[in-house]
Amino acid sequence: MERTRDSIIKRIDWWTIVLFALLATMGWLAICGSTHSYIDTGIADFFNQGERSGKQAMWMGISLFAGFIMMCIPKHTYRNLSPIIYAATMLLGLVTIFIATDIKGSRSWISAGSIRIQPAEFMKFATALMLSAFIGRREFKISNNEDFLKAVGIILLPMIIIMAQKETGSALVYLALFLVLYREGMTGIFLLAAVSAIIYFVVGIKYDSELMSKLPVSIGQYAPTIIIQIISIAVVKFWCKNNKTFTVLLTTNALMTLCSYWVAIYLVEFNIMTVQYLLLAFNVIYLLLQIRLRKEKRNIWVAIYIIGAIAFNYSCNYVMHNVLKPHQKVRIEVLLGLKEELNGAGYNVHQSKIAIGSGGVFGKGFLNGTQTKLNYVPEQDTDFIFCTIGEEQGFVGSVFVMTMFIFFILRIIHLAERQNDRFARAYGYAIASIFFLHFTINIGMVLGLVPVIGIPLPFFSYGGSSFLGFTILLSIFLRIDADRER
Amino acid sequence: MKDNSYESRKYILSGIVLLIFITYITQLFSLQISNDEYKSKADSNAFYKKTIYPSRGQMYDRNGELLVYNKPAYDITFVPREIKGLDTLELCKTLNITLEEFGARMERVRNKKHNPGFSNYTEQVFMTQIPMEDFAVFQEKNFLFKGFYIRKRYVRQYNHGVAGVLFGDIGEVSQRHIDKDSYYQRGDYIGTQGLEASYEKQLRGEKGTEVLLRDAHGRIQGKYQEGALDTPAVRGKNLTLSLDIELQMLGEHLLKNKIGSIVAIEPESGEILCMVSSPSYDPTLLTGRDRGKNHKALSSDKNKPLLNRAIMGTYPPGSTFKTSQAAMFLEEGVVTPQTAFPCHGGFIFNKFKLGCHAHSSPTALKEAIGTSCNAYFCWGLHKMFGMSKYGGTKAAMNVWRDYMVSMGFGYALGVDLPGEVRGMIPNAEYYTRHYGNYWRAVTVISISIGQGEVTLTPLQIANLGATIANRGKYIIPHIVKEVENDTIASKYLTPKSTMVSAASYEEVIKGMRHAVIDGTCRAANIPGLDICGKTGTAENKGKDHSVFLGFAPMDAPKIAISVYVENGGFGAEYGVPIGALMMEKYLTGSLSEESEKKAETISKKKIYYGKDER
Repeated sequence: MERTRDSIIKRIDWWTIVLFALLATMGWLAICGSTHSYIDTGIADFFNQGERSGKQAMWMGISLFAGFIMMCIPKHTYRNLSPIIYAATMLLGLVTIFIATDIKGSRSWISAGSIRIQPAEFMKFATALMLSAFIGRREFKISNNEDFLKAVGIILLPMIIIMAQKETGSALVYLALFLVLYREGMTGIFLLAAVSAIIYFVVGIKYDSELMSKLPVSIGQYAPTIIIQIISIAVVKFWCKNNKTFTVLLTTNALMTLCSYWVAIYLVEFNIMTVQYLLLAFNVIYLLLQIRLRKEKRNIWVAIYIIGAIAFNYSCNYVMHNVLKPHQKVRIEVLLGLKEELNGAGYNVHQSKIAIGSGGVFGKGFLNGTQTKLNYVPEQDTDFIFCTIGEEQGFVGSVFVMTMFIFFILRIIHLAERQNDRFARAYGYAIASIFFLHFTINIGMVLGLVPVIGIPLPFFSYGGSSFLGFTILLSIFLRIDADRER
Repeated sequence: MKDNSYESRKYILSGIVLLIFITYITQLFSLQISNDEYKSKADSNAFYKKTIYPSRGQMYDRNGELLVYNKPAYDITFVPREIKGLDTLELCKTLNITLEEFGARMERVRNKKHNPGFSNYTEQVFMTQIPMEDFAVFQEKNFLFKGFYIRKRYVRQYNHGVAGVLFGDIGEVSQRHIDKDSYYQRGDYIGTQGLEASYEKQLRGEKGTEVLLRDAHGRIQGKYQEGALDTPAVRGKNLTLSLDIELQMLGEHLLKNKIGSIVAIEPESGEILCMVSSPSYDPTLLTGRDRGKNHKALSSDKNKPLLNRAIMGTYPPGSTFKTSQAAMFLEEGVVTPQTAFPCHGGFIFNKFKLGCHAHSSPTALKEAIGTSCNAYFCWGLHKMFGMSKYGGTKAAMNVWRDYMVSMGFGYALGVDLPGEVRGMIPNAEYYTRHYGNYWRAVTVISISIGQGEVTLTPLQIANLGATIANRGKYIIPHIVKEVENDTIASKYLTPKSTMVSAASYEEVIKGMRHAVIDGTCRAANIPGLDICGKTGTAENKGKDHSVFLGFAPMDAPKIAISVYVENGGFGAEYGVPIGALMMEKYLTGSLSEESEKKAETISKKKIYYGKDER
């Protein structure tokens, strides 16, 4: 199955290459913009090695070369070597914890001469390869608990190592790989659980001390019970497809909720929370009974969901006040709008919003940003790089960059879907998920929608290791795609 | 071997991607397009508008003599972050302060309560207005003290040490000023008293701005767009005052050791030639580093040197007021120049008696003014209030009131100085409130001789003199003659008329001339000056006030003057000689040798006022 190099060039997906080149160029220009000092006059030398833009240009050159090398290695080699690569990078990650120099509390960098690299960036493609190779095995079945747990283990191991390096933000990225498992047949319950956890947490914390307009009941306690009812009943209808159970649950829940609310307001005031808890208890019991009576096996998951959700709700407040560190708690409170702390934890995000907001429709023009140039936005060339684009290129430029990113991600999903084997498809989804999570968290943070979690924006944030890591991640997939059987 | 189960999940996954994309575009839209708030926040973040202070307008007297100007003063400032290897001892030696003082000052700067704007990166004030000698030494050694800077400011400077209450005072703006006029910012200066206050808008000039770029630490990074948005400062306009500074100095000299005031007006223009309020103070006391201490001493002085008595003091005008009564009587036909009233020791009506000094009887108008006969004016008012054409005492009272108001009494004249008071001209309602419905001319008879309820400011008395000199017209007295590149208010250019005709005033003038030639003001009879005058001896709780009203020359008046010396006794004792000296000085340009001696004697005379607050 050897092919000539010539045919490889014809077979790789040039659309992805074009999008990659576009994003990388815009990213580099953004770094030029954000590190360019306002008082510099005349044409700055962006390729000067003393400047961050110059260093980044060098790293981009190195990355392109590395990407080229990666594309010369055929698909089956990756597949066969994935356990070795995985083991090697995990080992490197472990070693890093002990030999790394402490940088702002994080122990994730190892220095080699004047160059510093972050092994965590390389653990990403290793884990993606390992997971895909594991899923790609002929005998793999996600419904088989042993297989599933092993797959989860492959994802959790690097997370644990990176958390030990005190880089909690980077560890979160690996959660994206659960999307791969979902695509390969993992039950959607996990996704649902994750989404509901976020909803319950936000609603529970944000409205905890707010009362309903007519009753002395906390919205933060009442609203989650309603959401639990709606979600669980919807799951019964659309996932379990148990129409009869659905009808019973819907009628009782809707009727009782409305009645108790009406009675409490107009007749006798009582704690309507009691009714809500009784209803949820009723739902659980009814669902469990139906497993017996009607052989509705999936009901067990719904029952677990309800119990888990209630437990989660209760633990939220506990976690918020007793588990989280004060600075983490403040970050969450600021994000939920419970606290305004413009000089403390809220400063970064506030300044970031000012910088982006001041860009207007068309922006201030390349190198003309004031907020980013004058250091109002911290980390402006790394985690907050998108501010420079927002300020200098305005709404138009920001939307363009975001659109290109989304095209890029959707293109990878498209490529992944056209693969003939699970290994290739899983790897495609793995890198699409990783890029997507970086995009979501980084831009969400800069726009003030997601808590401040320090992870880079692929191809934009300054940093050699991260650019190299992302390029390798992508180029491997380009070769895998090129090698697919038609 | 393609496994197509779960393929539909690609739509769910792509959907999630698109959902996040749409959410973020929405947030981007709300930040960048639907909301202007961030734009202005960004500007206030990055643009530091440095204010360039203009120099305040100067003041000159009517002869072009410089009175008020600006002198540079130096503040020592420092940027905490820039201090490196400071030799504290050397600095203390240079600035003439002790080590403890240095520590205390540093602590004060860093105290957030005293200095809310403290930042390690920006200029902080260490010492203000250091003496010239210390400044020179400091400047020489400045290179030794890295992080320390010199900031130039201006303080007011005065050439003559007089007229403090007229020039007034400058102080830091209060929150109230800032709320009222957005021109001011914290730390700016504003005129708070006198001309500095009333001509604040002309004197202050226009602040300029330099738009500088400031980084997150507050450090200046350079000019924005090479200064394209900068505006230069425009210096304040100079004022030419109508004051004759030599006359003003003579006036303050004559009133030394006495409480009172002298106001001189050029009748033709309404320009104030001098406005003396005694005790006075040297305005230089209120500049520089001892300002606070001096201000406290002046404001707690029981004789109130900070009060401009010429416009803020109200006094009974005494007999000087008779001139206004005479003019009104003639105009209303109460008397003719020939009408005579008897006076045998005063005005006697039934059981009521108001005394008068000894003089021949009966008297007609000219002699009545010349000898200052009380009975004549009481009878005049009595007759007027009884005239049937008014239909009652109250109606007549209000006619009287109208005449007085037309002469500029009872309301503030509108001089261009802050704080002028109105004095008191009673009307019928006023007396009805006090006496009920049954009061008669006799009840209020003392108003005809400038006593009783009537009070005027010394400025109003001087203006009465100017009105008589002008034969019935006056221009609102004012102290600023010209504003550089600007005009003065039109009310200071348009004459006002009283209700009395010029012919009636001629008769009054004859009486006032008679007083100088052969009456109460004989001491003012300086050959060649044709002075007209009227004395006043105003009764009050203590010793009488000595008052004089006059103008000269009689036919082409150049100066009208009022002199008011509290508890000075007879008008002839202080009022007449002071008035005469002032007119001689102004009209001839100097004092004769004999007059110089007289002036020294008067200046040295001291009136004792006791220990009570005045």
